[in-house]
Amino acid sequence: MNPVDTKPIERSATDELLQLAETWREPPGFWGWFRCVHHQTIGKRYIVTAFIFFLLGGILAALMRMQLIRPENRFLGPDLYNQIFTMHGTTMMFLFAVPMMFEALAVYLVPLMVGTRNIAFPRLNAYSYYLYLFGAIMVWVALLTNTGPDAGWFSYVPLSGPGFAPGKRVDFWAQMITFTEVSALAVAVEIVVTVFKLRAPGMSLNRLPMMVWAETIVSFLVIFAMPAIMLSSSMLILDRLVSTHFFNPAEGGDALLYQHLFWFFGHPEVYIIFIPGLGIVSTIVATFSRRHIFGYMVLVLSLIATGFLGFGVWVHHMFATGIAGMGRSFFSAASMMISIPTTVQIFCWLATLWGGKLNIKLPLLWIFGFFFVLVMGGLTGVMLGVIPVDIQVHDTYFVVAHFHYVLIGGAVFPLFGGFYYWFPKITGRMLNHTLGNWHFWLFSIGFNMTFFPMHSLGLKGMPRRIYTYQPEMGWTTLNRIATFGAGLMFIAVLLFLINVFWSRRRGVVAGENPWGAGTLEWATSSPPPPYNFVELPTVNGREAVWDAAPNQPVVRGLRTDMREVLATNVLDADPDHKELMPEPTIWPFLAALATTFLFIASIFTPWGLVWGLFPVAVTMTGWFWPKGKDKVNQEIVEAEDAARA
Amino acid sequence: MLQGLERPSERPSLDISDLKHTAFGIRSLVWWGTFGLIVIEGTMFAIVVASYFYLRTRTTEWPPGVANPTLWPGTVNLLIFLASAVPNQWLKRSAEQLNLGAVRIGLLIVSLVAVLNLAIRIFEFPALQCKWDTNAYGSVVWTLLGLHTIHLLTDAYDTWVLTALMFFGPIQRKRFVDVSENADYWWFVVLTWIPIYLVIYWVPRWL
Repeated sequence: MNPVDTKPIERSATDELLQLAETWREPPGFWGWFRCVHHQTIGKRYIVTAFIFFLLGGILAALMRMQLIRPENRFLGPDLYNQIFTMHGTTMMFLFAVPMMFEALAVYLVPLMVGTRNIAFPRLNAYSYYLYLFGAIMVWVALLTNTGPDAGWFSYVPLSGPGFAPGKRVDFWAQMITFTEVSALAVAVEIVVTVFKLRAPGMSLNRLPMMVWAETIVSFLVIFAMPAIMLSSSMLILDRLVSTHFFNPAEGGDALLYQHLFWFFGHPEVYIIFIPGLGIVSTIVATFSRRHIFGYMVLVLSLIATGFLGFGVWVHHMFATGIAGMGRSFFSAASMMISIPTTVQIFCWLATLWGGKLNIKLPLLWIFGFFFVLVMGGLTGVMLGVIPVDIQVHDTYFVVAHFHYVLIGGAVFPLFGGFYYWFPKITGRMLNHTLGNWHFWLFSIGFNMTFFPMHSLGLKGMPRRIYTYQPEMGWTTLNRIATFGAGLMFIAVLLFLINVFWSRRRGVVAGENPWGAGTLEWATSSPPPPYNFVELPTVNGREAVWDAAPNQPVVRGLRTDMREVLATNVLDADPDHKELMPEPTIWPFLAALATTFLFIASIFTPWGLVWGLFPVAVTMTGWFWPKGKDKVNQEIVEAEDAARA
Repeated sequence: MLQGLERPSERPSLDISDLKHTAFGIRSLVWWGTFGLIVIEGTMFAIVVASYFYLRTRTTEWPPGVANPTLWPGTVNLLIFLASAVPNQWLKRSAEQLNLGAVRIGLLIVSLVAVLNLAIRIFEFPALQCKWDTNAYGSVVWTLLGLHTIHLLTDAYDTWVLTALMFFGPIQRKRFVDVSENADYWWFVVLTWIPIYLVIYWVPRWL
């Protein structure tokens, strides 16, 4: 029997439980959809939305592969091809990878894993989701109306500047950045506050689950890195719309300033995507080895070291721009150093697997795939850190191969493992094993078929981003293999989708802890009730469920008739005070609409920024002003506090 | 195992019924939220300042082809900002003591100070002696000043809304925490002005 377990079903008759369910119930109906503020609801929306953009980005990739299947193909023209590769990168990085690996997983999992009832600042959380959604829709509508960004996913100047990219294409890209980065920054603050202030009593920092560590470190990376891209994309749009000269050398500006700012964000961005993947790996490895992770402290320190080093390597994306010798050596050395913490983690996982009682299930299979693919990508990464090699293969398919190995290996493989692992928690049912096996093997084979030949193509001199090539270049066969591999990946993802839709209704019922895992999200029913836990748990070790004492205490004294949570202190998670969480509300949605108006209007006129401020101010004030149930509840608890004092 | 509410005696519990609902400073969630915002925006300021110095290395003359910015509006604003620290800190302390009368007075003072800052800010833009589209120097100083102005305007607006709330809205302890955190954010606006002021007005003269 699981001692921390507080399954609601058996006590559903009690009035308190009914009251708790009523208190935390999400508002029903069409309008209710816009008022939801619970982290599970918003988290699920993030997961579904980000996955839809993964599929859309994948369709764009498939179109590119079809174009490149033979030389001098006329399937896509050069202009459309430019838009498609730009939108493929943009979608995958900004609309899928970051929102999925960071926002979606953190918003859904972190409050459950730290044992609380909701995320900190739930209304901000809802607002962040709508901003992400509206920004994503905006840039995709632009693509569908032949106004898609076409200057590459990093929109380098001068190509993206006013001189070479007239029209609105790049403006939509720059504003999409503003939408998604505001959204990610909001979630970063929420996660930091949730982890620092809302942990279950006893979960001192040295007992944080690895996944929570990963998302917390990523939150800090977001906080320090995303301002750089918000600024660079704002400077770009200012250069384009109101004739500033940040990147115009004729007026004292500098094109490389853009690259510095972009990559000061862009390299940490890789770790924003990759570190949650590492968190998933640590979680799955521990669960399926059925033992505590080996080298917890070393793993945490490695994640932190990776986070720090991630800020010291941005110039390795710019070796071909003529950086001075000393700078090149520094950044080359820093880039190689980053392989040290990664390697340390890989050895810790191997040690865990070695000393554990292996339970080889689908989530673990994906982690094995991760090891293979990531090590391949890591090795070409070390090669690229060597400056002469980098300059030789710069902007060729070798680089395309490298970063797909790193990003798909480091993020998508763990993510699929995570899907198989947490799907039972989110839906209450297991994914089908046979379909899952087909998915894994087809995806892994397809992936390597697609991207391995690209190493060779790059070494043979095929540049990135060309829409076609001549038959005498000798690139045809390898391109054909790559396109065939992409087809296999396409089928694999299709099987996964079928599996999801089928298993949601007909899958084996999971029960609350089908994997026998140790973290707190498994100490409640599947799917978790809207209040997460009947009684908040207390924690006695790193794997809260495994390490719980036979009669591990539960927290009592939280109200069931209001959305009350327990705030604890930062280091030791000792109970500190209670907080009321907000009730459902429409205001974050309205504020997001107002913000969307401001962002989109300012693409067309600088005055949009001025007039757009008024609706934003009004909706934000409406959001803040105490009213309704929130106001009444606050008054009741404060009166009780006063009476007790 | 599910004895919790029905049979409380069977399961040991950690009783938190007596905990209060208000906490100030580092104990409160709002403090951490505000602090997160400050770190994000502080990073943003630091990156614009870094861009300023980066652009400065691209040219021999600084400021390039325009006169040094006129000192008085920025300096007056600096003095007002520094002076505002006193009522602001008093406001923060009054909020933490739940002293409604003092909080109302303090909010009125800080609201008016913010109006004064904004009024003088109007003279700062012409004092830069260039436009945003004159050259890259113009672009970066306008951005630096503009960004700080956005923060000033945001906090001014927050302060006005809080003032209205403390006069006309429901008075709750929780709102005193908001006042205290708003005072922290004012500190941020004040303290960032010192390096930004030095960069905009004195770097062209000294360096």
